Amino acid sequence: MNIRRVRAGLKGWGGVAAMAVVCALALAFVLLLPLTQSKGADGTGTGGQGVAHGSQARAEDDPCQDPQIKKAPEKQTLSPSGADGDTIKKIKAREGDKRKLIVGVDQNSYRWGYRNPNAGTSGELEGFDIDLVHRIAAEILGDPNAVLFKAIPTNQRIPALQEGRVDMVVRTMTINCTRLGQVAFSAPYFKTGQQVLAPKSSTIKGYDDTLAGKRICTAEGSTANTTLTEDQKAGKLPATAKIVDPVPNQLDCLVRLQLGEVDAVVTDGALAASQAAQDPTVQLKGDPFTTEYYGVAMNLKADDLVRRVNQILADYRKDTANGWQASYDKWLSATLDKDSAKSKPPTPAEYLRTS
Amino acid sequence: MPTMPAVPPQPGLQANGTPTPATASTNAPAPAPSEPRRTAFAEGVDRLRHAATTEPGRLRIIGAFLAALVIAFGAVTAWQTTDRAAAADDVLNKSQPLSSAAADIYRSLADANTAASSGFLAGGQETATSRDRYEKDIDKAAAGLVKAAANSDPDSPAAATVTKLNRLLPEYKGLVERARTYNRQGFPVGGAYLRYANEKMQNEMLPAAEDLYTSENERLRSDYDDATPYPWAAIALGVVVLAALAWAQHRNYRRTNRVMNHGLVAATATATVVLLWLVVGHTVARAGLNDSYDHGVRSLNVLHDARIASLKARGNENLTLVARGAETVTVKDADGVEQTRDAYDYDFQKDMKTLGAGLAEAAKLADDSDGEKPVTAAQGNMTEWQKRHGAARDEDDNGNYEAALNRVIGPENATGECFDSVDDNLATAIGHEEAEFEQAAGGGLDAMTGLPVGAAVLAVLGAAGAVLGIGRRLSEYR
Repeated sequence: MNIRRVRAGLKGWGGVAAMAVVCALALAFVLLLPLTQSKGADGTGTGGQGVAHGSQARAEDDPCQDPQIKKAPEKQTLSPSGADGDTIKKIKAREGDKRKLIVGVDQNSYRWGYRNPNAGTSGELEGFDIDLVHRIAAEILGDPNAVLFKAIPTNQRIPALQEGRVDMVVRTMTINCTRLGQVAFSAPYFKTGQQVLAPKSSTIKGYDDTLAGKRICTAEGSTANTTLTEDQKAGKLPATAKIVDPVPNQLDCLVRLQLGEVDAVVTDGALAASQAAQDPTVQLKGDPFTTEYYGVAMNLKADDLVRRVNQILADYRKDTANGWQASYDKWLSATLDKDSAKSKPPTPAEYLRTS
Repeated sequence: MPTMPAVPPQPGLQANGTPTPATASTNAPAPAPSEPRRTAFAEGVDRLRHAATTEPGRLRIIGAFLAALVIAFGAVTAWQTTDRAAAADDVLNKSQPLSSAAADIYRSLADANTAASSGFLAGGQETATSRDRYEKDIDKAAAGLVKAAANSDPDSPAAATVTKLNRLLPEYKGLVERARTYNRQGFPVGGAYLRYANEKMQNEMLPAAEDLYTSENERLRSDYDDATPYPWAAIALGVVVLAALAWAQHRNYRRTNRVMNHGLVAATATATVVLLWLVVGHTVARAGLNDSYDHGVRSLNVLHDARIASLKARGNENLTLVARGAETVTVKDADGVEQTRDAYDYDFQKDMKTLGAGLAEAAKLADDSDGEKPVTAAQGNMTEWQKRHGAARDEDDNGNYEAALNRVIGPENATGECFDSVDDNLATAIGHEEAEFEQAAGGGLDAMTGLPVGAAVLAVLGAAGAVLGIGRRLSEYR
């Protein structure tokens, strides 16, 4: 009698339990789906350009799985060397007018890489990143002007390297573990962090609850975009803050901000300062909420070029007359701190990558 | 002879044919009619049948019938030709100018955008020429929009498009002005504003302007369709009138042996004149209109399209240098191998292909040397443009940006010169074709002049002739 009742009771609960299991599975599937897809999207860049890079999404290839790499991705680079390998030899073998280093840069980052509209029709790009490119070209090809500049949007940096359209990307590019699976980075050459930019009169105080209900602009494929999306999922950013459709370049965010289409911009502090320098009615709000390093990005297989660039960077840092410090003073001391201490990458650099 | 309306006015019929139930119903109850009332129609048929039994009655019927037929012929002719003349007038004075105006709006907008990007390429110190060009284009576009607004029916899609463009134009101008200000200060955010303005132009304004152009062209096409078909109803009625008049005269001859009835002869003559005038006038007008379409509108459409293609090509050529490889597309070459190409240069090549095809078509359509000369010259300019463009691309691909820039917007031997020449030559060709159009369509319209009024007056005279002619016979019975 009792047994039968228990069995009948169990029968009833069995259905409920089965439903619960199915629900849990469905939930897990839904939660995991965006993860795998976001990795796939990172690997392929944008717009069906690199279908071949889908393999990057495999878990064992993802450098972010390694806690050491995830904690300090900027240390994952090869030790410096002045030797020429296959990549450098190929660059040097270019003939005539084509004997140039092909570098992906930005032409919209004030004081980093931009075309000064008042420089006339020369169309010369200038800025902190551009100085570094000239130095690298001088060291590798013996001529600082042996450079073919390609302006690339934020979301094209990785595909451009993977498809070999450029030799390297020097474009305020943050070293992070996801990107380490896709491209090779040099040692860090600049230290920055994500920061909020908003009109001076805005109620936004920083990267906190004051962003609730506000529209935030980020660049497509930027660190800011990834960080904000993840933080909102993790509850660090108010759920009501609206991350608007990303724009091609961080500077387009300043346009949207001035036109009142967004309330705040999140980008690297170094770039946010460049934006503030172009419009005295906006300012940086609060402290940087991440620590990041810019590195020179190259193709994953270009080991000799990575080592060579690391060697050049080490020399560049030491060169006080025409090196890192001089370039900082020329371009950035006006928009960032007078003192460059906050922006200096750690010295000596660490080179933990072995292969 | 069952033609009801042809019954001549007869006192009895009118008295009986106008029943007065309204007054009767006020005094309820209405007195029931002693016998079932017959309908007015039945009464009329009865009277007609009765009249047809005597020769004067028959003559009366024939006279009324002929007069009515001639008047109907005149009325239908006047109505059909008025419609066609109005449509032809619309073609000449309304829809074609509006279609050209819409093409001009598109051209002005695209040219303004190209001038703005050239100005950006030239740096903060934009030249006075490029600034003037931009301002003139904006003024022209604004004036064209006012014209288009005045001529579009309220609530039509064209009016909605014009409203949209009127809203976007100041927005666009605002963005460009901001870009200029920032450029002067040396801030790259100026470039960002220019990109934003360009996006607005390419994604919202130019498609709207293209819609306007398409809908104005459709209106032109439908005006042509209203103006050119033969007025078959009027022609058929004219033939019937002549046949009826011939029959009446033949009947007259048989009964009286008289060959001539002056009234009927006059009626026949006027009907013949109206019919001939109608057929010949319309045929000439139709030929003129068809000619204006084949040699004017078709050429104009091709030329406008070619001009737009050259503008797009120039815009993309500029953007290739503004973007510096920022945008790429993957395309398959002839062997099916995928290639990564600069997006703007790819579009440039596509536009040049369209331009080349358009110029070839225009050369084929040009029917005299005056029309052909500018098109041939534009073809030459285009070949040179392609050559210089190739040289500029080579410079840019080799990293010689400044040299490439010079070859595109420089003062001498730049592709800009070729573009301007193509544009000027196309403008000349368009002017020529417009004149041809106006001449042909104007000739067509002239051929219809006076036809509606003439047909009406002649029809009244003809009807009078018929009535008098029959009246003369009728008087012999008194």
